[in-house]
Amino acid sequence: MPAKATPLREQHRSCGGRLVDFAGWELPLHYGSQVAEHHAVRRAAGVFDVSHLALTMVSGRGAKSYLRRLLANDIDRLGERIAGLYTCLLNDSGCVIDDLIAYRLADERYRVVSNAATAESVHAQMKKIARAFPVTLVPEEERVTLAVQGPQAMETGAAAATTVLGGEFASELAALKPFNAMESRGFLAARTGYTGEDGFEIYLDAATGQALWQALLEAEVAPCGLGARDTLRLEAGLCLYGQDMDDSVTPLHCGLKWTVAMDPPQRDFLGRRALEQLADSENLPAFKGLVLKKRGMLRAGQTVRTPHGPGVVTSGGYSPTMGASIGLARVPRGAYADCEVEIRGVGVTCAVVKPPFVRRGRILVDAHGDRES
Amino acid sequence: MSEIPTDLKYTDEHEWVRREDSGTLVVGLTDYAQEQLGDLVYVDTPEVGASFAAGDVCAVVESVKAASDVYSPAGGEVVAVNESLQDSPEQISNDPYGDGWLFEIAPEDAAEWEDLLDPDQYEELLDSA
Repeated sequence: MPAKATPLREQHRSCGGRLVDFAGWELPLHYGSQVAEHHAVRRAAGVFDVSHLALTMVSGRGAKSYLRRLLANDIDRLGERIAGLYTCLLNDSGCVIDDLIAYRLADERYRVVSNAATAESVHAQMKKIARAFPVTLVPEEERVTLAVQGPQAMETGAAAATTVLGGEFASELAALKPFNAMESRGFLAARTGYTGEDGFEIYLDAATGQALWQALLEAEVAPCGLGARDTLRLEAGLCLYGQDMDDSVTPLHCGLKWTVAMDPPQRDFLGRRALEQLADSENLPAFKGLVLKKRGMLRAGQTVRTPHGPGVVTSGGYSPTMGASIGLARVPRGAYADCEVEIRGVGVTCAVVKPPFVRRGRILVDAHGDRES
Repeated sequence: MSEIPTDLKYTDEHEWVRREDSGTLVVGLTDYAQEQLGDLVYVDTPEVGASFAAGDVCAVVESVKAASDVYSPAGGEVVAVNESLQDSPEQISNDPYGDGWLFEIAPEDAAEWEDLLDPDQYEELLDSA
């Protein structure tokens, strides 16, 4: 088995988790049925152990200037708030080293939460850029990160969390707007997630994290694995690093232009010049959603045929909410409502839509792939 | 522990094969296979009348996780397919040795039956996995 396990390994085993190797971590794929877990998050509430995510504390006088140089999105957008910012970390060519969330905790204190699979390349880039700034980087280990998601996450989930965390946790959390966060008594809780549902993510020490996991399960919040996490994020139209983007593409290739802060123009972030040159290019692809109109299954890597040339499915799979196969694809720009995807040598018709497919329990595209009003 | 009925034969691709009185072979996925695959969401079955050699890919089952090929355990012609899997692929998970059967093949060479694994051999295969 893989070398690394989260502080919740025994908890996963005791509730029937099917453990697999994910980027060197032993993590639950599901606890019996990933489709049931998916529905639990869309209809009630589920909890994911995402303690494999890499945490780095960035502190010091130069912390803010450092992050404004490092990240494609501008941490200054957070102002004086305690909040998270979704952003890409780029290389000099403007290509994506990772996508991550940077939380502003205080003027000179930030937490960067990045993917497990890219931990080494992210760390190397962060360290390299840090040389020019008065900052200290401290990787945080042996901690627990939980994502509590679903229409009942803020009621059932937060209420259960209050029994462990004390104070007025649930009501303080409920007062936060999306992406805002609170830091208190050693934990950070944020109104963020990766499912398209309401909820929160919480960062805490191992012992409190174990107690919180137990309290959530006792409150009948469903334990959910990596499998459901993937189908939920796909329905929500959210990119997955390593599939929809990697270090061969820029944020402009995967629908993440909105996360790149080109203003103010004097902010010289990593990859800026490369993106400026690309922005004028007419050859940039579009990043679209696909809904398979017939039977079959979209999978990453399949070829897309459009009236304007070929494209590729970057993520594909089954949507439990829609009962159909959906995918994300990098395709040529142009106005076309349908395309064909090559599945085992046969072209199958797909509707081309604008993601997300599902949000807050509601299907946003109809059976023909058209957006509902 | 996965269930391994003693009245069937098996392949090392985790398929089970049952010989009917008529000599035709009914094929499905083993309990172990469906457990490994997770929730099944789509099955691409062969057409009745199609011919395959032993070892040919003749069907595909897709779980939420991935696609998995199904190989013909013997050469011959497909004489029946389980059409109900089109709408309820979960029958494979719920009843792998019953309602979850995939297709039925009329073998060209009845002796190929002898080449299949018996339940003990299949159990050994699982133990070594």
